[in-house]
Amino acid sequence: MIIKVLGSGCANCKKLEALTRQAVAELGLDAEVIHVTDIADIIVYGVMSTPALVVDEQVKIAGRVPSLAEIKTALG
Amino acid sequence: MSALAAVFGWLNENLLKMTWLNDLVGALVRDVFGLSLDGRLGSSVQFFIYDVVKIFALLSALIFVISYVQSFFPPERTRKILGRFKGVGANTLGALLGTITPFCSCSSIPLFIGFTSAGLPIGVTFSFLISSPLVDLASVILLASIFNWKIAIAYVVTGLVLAVAGGTAISALKLERYVEPFVYGAHLVDADLPEMTRRARVHFAATAVADIVKRVWPYVLAGVGIGAAIHGWIPEEFVTAVLGSRNPLSVVIATLVGVPMYADIFGTLPIAEALVGKGVQIGTVLAFMMAVTALSLPSLIMLKKVVKTPLLATFFALVVAGILIIGYGFNAFGGALL
Repeated sequence: MIIKVLGSGCANCKKLEALTRQAVAELGLDAEVIHVTDIADIIVYGVMSTPALVVDEQVKIAGRVPSLAEIKTALG
Repeated sequence: MSALAAVFGWLNENLLKMTWLNDLVGALVRDVFGLSLDGRLGSSVQFFIYDVVKIFALLSALIFVISYVQSFFPPERTRKILGRFKGVGANTLGALLGTITPFCSCSSIPLFIGFTSAGLPIGVTFSFLISSPLVDLASVILLASIFNWKIAIAYVVTGLVLAVAGGTAISALKLERYVEPFVYGAHLVDADLPEMTRRARVHFAATAVADIVKRVWPYVLAGVGIGAAIHGWIPEEFVTAVLGSRNPLSVVIATLVGVPMYADIFGTLPIAEALVGKGVQIGTVLAFMMAVTALSLPSLIMLKKVVKTPLLATFFALVVAGILIIGYGFNAFGGALL
């Protein structure tokens, strides 16, 4: 599983990355978490508000920092 | 009909103006602190406590409700909607959607790129970008609580007109050549976002309240503090000399002071209230508030990455010009609204 956290480095983007890594650890998933900061790489997904969560190339959540529970659902 | 007016009036008095709160605080100041409400210290302390409590209470309730509604309008959806319209209609819709789309300035670049690469004219995108910080539903309601609904609605209408006019002007001036080329080369894709559950929406709204309160509380305290000082200490003659009706440059001064300020609108509202109490005209006060909210250094820096300086400068100049016109206009005709 490849998980991408899209965000240009603002506080919310870092928060989403931290929560995502926590979710992966708690679920015991074999997943790679990548933080994508380059704008050109972000817009490829059609996302217009960061932070965003992409799981295996599918955009699950965009424009907000969801709860840990919601991240786990998105990864599950 | 008059029963409806009576109910509305009651709601307005008690939920927005919270006159009962002012009386309660007054009793606290007079009986517990032992300060006279007619004296400078007493009236300032009363104003400070009442305004801080009122603003935070309204702010929390409003942001929660509005964020919940906003969760139904992510920018990805706005782009789809706007793509179907043309001309001034598109600008108007862009301005209207700008007010209800949740928007953090770190999103301004992806949003600009997203809208532009979808084929939306940059004027429409700019209408959105102008109205977004300017017409904030929560602050409009706070405006109604401090002044009255006529003023609040007038503020919304003029803010939207400014957004539409500014965006239309930018389109008319054919400034597309100043957009960084990589924006147009961007891949157009519609992100297929899954629908949010109710629990997710509640979390979104609650987080929005927490984030905003965390970000805004120093500005609110500072704003109310300054407002309280103006209220209790600064003589009316001084305020009216600089910002009053006899100074023809009052709107210009208010705008120049507001533009470089990066403060939250919730912090400016108590200052605006205190200024009006000291006899400053409504247009001057609105110009100050618009200058603070419509233009912020962080968002201009962000925009600079996708738009070249001539376009950025035009955007800036148009918004400032619009604010000045609105300020003077309200000073001339706004007396009828108070």
